[in-house]
Amino acid sequence: MSSITQYLNLYRDNRADVHSHSVELLNESRDDAYAFLQDKSLPDKGEEGFEKTSIEDMFSPDFGVNICRLNIPVDVAASFKCDVPNISTLLGVVVNDMFVPTATLLKNCPEGVTMMSLSRAAKEQPEFVGRYLGKISPKDNVNVALNTLLLQDGVFIHIGRGVKLEKPLQIVNIFNSPAPMMSVRRVVIVAEEGSSANILFCDHTQTRDIDYLSSEVFEVSLAENSHISICGIEESSNHTRRYQQVFVRQESGSNLYINSSSLQNGTTRNDFTIDIVGEHCETYLTGIAIADGEGTVDNNSNVNHLAPHSHSNQLFKYLVDGKAQGAFEGGIYVAQTAPFTEGYQSNSNLLASTTARMHTKPQLLIYNDEVKCSHGASTGQLDENALFYMQQRGIPKDVARTLLMQAFMSEVIDTIPVEGVKDRMRHLVEKRLSGDFMLCGECGSCK
Amino acid sequence: MSENKINNAPAADEDILRQATGDEYKYGFVTDIETDIIPQGLSEDVVRLISEKKGEPEWLLDFRLKAYRHWQTLEVPNWAHLKIPPIDFNSISYYAAPKKNAPHSIDEVDPELLKTFDKLGIPLEEQKVLSGMAVDAVMDSVSVKTTHKEKLAELGIIFCSISEAVKDYPDLVKKYLGKVVSYRDNFYAALNSAVFSDGSFVYIPKGVRCPMELSTYFRINASGTGQFERTLIVADDDAYVSYLEGCTAPMRDENQLHAAIVEIIVEDRAEVKYSTVQNWYAGDKDGKGGVYNFVTKRGLCRGDYSKLSWTQVETGSAITWKYPSCVLQGEGSTGEFYSVAVTKNKQQADTGTKMIHIGRNTRSTIVSKGISAGESENSYRGLVKVAPTADGSRNHTQCDSLLLSNRCGAHTFPYVDIMNETAIVEHEATTSKISEEQLFYCNQRGIPTEEAVGLIVNGYAKEVMNKLPMEFAVEAQRLLQVTLEGSVG
Amino acid sequence: MDNILLNVNNLHASINGKEILKGINLTIRQGEVHAIMGPNGSGKSTLSAVLTGNPSFTVTEGSVDFHGKDLLSLSPEDRSHEGLFLSFQYPVEIPGVSMVNFMRAAINAKRKYLNEEPLSASDFLKLMRQKRAIVELDNKLASRSVNEGFSGGEKKRNEIFQMAMLEPLLSILDETDSGLDIDALRIVAEGVNKLKSQENATIVITHYQRLLDYIKPDFVHILYKGRIVMTGGPELALELEKTGYDWIKQKYND
Repeated sequence: MSSITQYLNLYRDNRADVHSHSVELLNESRDDAYAFLQDKSLPDKGEEGFEKTSIEDMFSPDFGVNICRLNIPVDVAASFKCDVPNISTLLGVVVNDMFVPTATLLKNCPEGVTMMSLSRAAKEQPEFVGRYLGKISPKDNVNVALNTLLLQDGVFIHIGRGVKLEKPLQIVNIFNSPAPMMSVRRVVIVAEEGSSANILFCDHTQTRDIDYLSSEVFEVSLAENSHISICGIEESSNHTRRYQQVFVRQESGSNLYINSSSLQNGTTRNDFTIDIVGEHCETYLTGIAIADGEGTVDNNSNVNHLAPHSHSNQLFKYLVDGKAQGAFEGGIYVAQTAPFTEGYQSNSNLLASTTARMHTKPQLLIYNDEVKCSHGASTGQLDENALFYMQQRGIPKDVARTLLMQAFMSEVIDTIPVEGVKDRMRHLVEKRLSGDFMLCGECGSCK
Repeated sequence: MSENKINNAPAADEDILRQATGDEYKYGFVTDIETDIIPQGLSEDVVRLISEKKGEPEWLLDFRLKAYRHWQTLEVPNWAHLKIPPIDFNSISYYAAPKKNAPHSIDEVDPELLKTFDKLGIPLEEQKVLSGMAVDAVMDSVSVKTTHKEKLAELGIIFCSISEAVKDYPDLVKKYLGKVVSYRDNFYAALNSAVFSDGSFVYIPKGVRCPMELSTYFRINASGTGQFERTLIVADDDAYVSYLEGCTAPMRDENQLHAAIVEIIVEDRAEVKYSTVQNWYAGDKDGKGGVYNFVTKRGLCRGDYSKLSWTQVETGSAITWKYPSCVLQGEGSTGEFYSVAVTKNKQQADTGTKMIHIGRNTRSTIVSKGISAGESENSYRGLVKVAPTADGSRNHTQCDSLLLSNRCGAHTFPYVDIMNETAIVEHEATTSKISEEQLFYCNQRGIPTEEAVGLIVNGYAKEVMNKLPMEFAVEAQRLLQVTLEGSVG
Repeated sequence: MDNILLNVNNLHASINGKEILKGINLTIRQGEVHAIMGPNGSGKSTLSAVLTGNPSFTVTEGSVDFHGKDLLSLSPEDRSHEGLFLSFQYPVEIPGVSMVNFMRAAINAKRKYLNEEPLSASDFLKLMRQKRAIVELDNKLASRSVNEGFSGGEKKRNEIFQMAMLEPLLSILDETDSGLDIDALRIVAEGVNKLKSQENATIVITHYQRLLDYIKPDFVHILYKGRIVMTGGPELALELEKTGYDWIKQKYND
């Protein structure tokens, strides 16, 4: 029996509750999703592209879903002190699957910018939100349908035409629950023509010994000449499972930067599907994974070039220690309709223990001869010559190792377009690599 | 004749240019000889009939039946990046043999057959045989003639058809058959194990370097048949052999199925080079006809410091689906894969290799050059796996794709699985079109575009072509040139 | 008091089971400059690698005393902290590690070893600035990743800059002249000379006389097939310049 059945039964048995605690716009797609899912199952390791992460297994435990929207009290201010130094952000907090705006956000959110609870936005402006919700993600994807079926809340971000937002938007996702729980979130990001914004997502798990499952679907649309950066930093717990699917549609002249970094986690699977439908777009998809214990970080990308003259670049680096496993499956697709494409992809990995595993599959699918595409993947260890050189200069071996690992990651960190976020990442990676990550002690999230 | 070719290899370049005009598939003729074909269809009785016709011992019939029963439980695989029309396995005849079977001297070989192989450039008559090469000629399902057998026998080298080997060296065959490619391996391996008709058997004893190239020439002739040959090569400790495989087929409208198995065992410090120039009929411009080439090739580097090197030039077949692989079990063993795959018109190829590192300090190198033209689909698919036991292993993979038209597809699917932290594995891939600067430069020097493409492609593929034995390199180079005629744009 | 800095006694070393050093004896006192010369493959670079503790080599016999410490028992970093510096023949590129972070880690590791407080950021930068001048190292180079994208000459200057930063007791210059043009050679040699004192000592490993025109040796040793076969004054280097190594090869090729 597929683990999907328990979610279908949950919906069937509690349909009235689900609907009454939600809003019409979110409710209206649920029955279609239910019908679609009837004979479906979630992908397991037998399925191409899921060799290292079984979504079936991820979803199989009996997680609670907060259908009746019970409020789990979390003292947001007390729990979140790890702010980003040197930059001030417009901050919103998502506790499990409930969006909580901060006072500064409510006060300082500039004209033309919306960042709010998805369900509230859907309730207050159903027509406006309906223009974007469910429009980018495919309806025939099993996990998207499951997300649609049980969708609770999430974030709605809208950057109006021509608005150039200086301050980064920041969403802090906090997991906190006394019992095993699944949260079902949707993030809709809309950048109108000529707009620009930087968005930062930070994932934290507070109750670190509780099992969580997070189902997240991102729908991101970039109108002509818009400019969006999205950085995600995951510092959860080894009991946290996350399946994040990011769907992006890029119109002509748009520029997208995504960084997805897992610094601490349980099982993480990220899918990126980026459709470049306009000409002269730029796309950067980057990520870092530091996995140890029995963790898994599995990134899967599909950058689809459907129009001419666009340029995409993917860069992922992994450090895998302990009994952890890393997986990267990257894809560049160049359609016949996309001449003059440049697509690059690089994946480098360090294995730091005898039991660590790395699986990589960088793929190219090319249907056009006017292209420049390449990919490179390497898996190995730290450079022995560099280690000795540093030791000769008096740097102890363990310090030298840490410095080299940081250097290894810095190629990715250097691509982050927001200085403050870049510094923050550097700091977090340094702390993580020198082993005192867990001893941060500055806030509830890291205790 | 062949001597000249070898000594004057540089001059051959000019030949290539001269000959490379308007050459269609020149091996597309049909030989009119009497053939013994069994009725179409596959059943246990057919398996028994094949075994009976070949006068096989009980254990081999058992092996076939087990394979057949297993095959029945399998479904046609569909994971490759290929569009394969459904194959009706009951409309194929699983055994076709020239009627004058098992000749004892050249006089007994059907003269039509000799002519066929002459046309292919593979003379079998004693006075003409190629001096640097021993040939096993396989027509449809059956080995027709093996040259230089006696000379090789002096060194203790066994080179004969696998049917003969079953009779004359049953212990050796029994010891190795199906040990590298089990009949349970995959759909087509199971099918082959059930119905394989013939193929070559090679055994190089301890410490012997085989003094000449061993070669098998495969020819599908009869219509409505499949070819299911099986090759088994064993190189004992410190032995060396270089083995060549060539293949052609007549032009026919319907598709012919070729599902072969090659098994290679390499013992301590031994080395095997296996080279293929695959030129099965690829179908016509509209994709009608052509051979389906679904082959399982695998070698086991069982011995310490053993080495296995695959080199392939793939230009033919409507659909190619093969992954010559190395299982690197012995400490310090080495696996190599050098491939050029050319597709044009509506050809499809999904080819690559697997390097399985098990032993310590094992090394592998993969160089794959894909060239796609017309509306063809050309995919590289490869696996590099480093087991937890394979300390200090190294792999380097380079796979490049060259596109010659904007209607073709060039794809890369490399799988890399590392389970050992002391391994170093590198993969690089590029995809690009033929350089317009290079073309223009050639044009400016008076070289027409078609010829220039041939030259540039040969340069692009040189790293692989250089790995071929001299006898094959010239043929392969010419083949590349001819294959690419009319495929620019 | 005896001012012996380094005493190498019957040193044997091998790589992958192949013996390269076959019994080296060498004594170096404070204030001295020793040149070690010899044809390619005689073991010159192996000697510097073994003294600094490169893990690729195995010491099979012999001992090395470094101002009272058993050098061979120390880790590479502790040898560095004790005052041993190697200017690498091929300085290693370390992408992503900035020169500033690299040098600060090195300096503060040494201070920690000597039970000293770490340098403050401003003191450190002041020190960098001051030492950079010795080899005319561009500020831009100092802000880049270690040796990454440096020219041959810049790499060698960077080595001497690091030597100035770490103030070693014994510096080994391994073929520091290779790949340098005459101006770069002069700058590097002048840098070395500025750092010379009555307390420290230098080993210059070289193939040619050229560098010795700038850095005057007190002793010249000829290393051949893993042994020091001849020791003399500066005149021995001049002799070699005239006659080449062939007569050495003939004389000692047993």
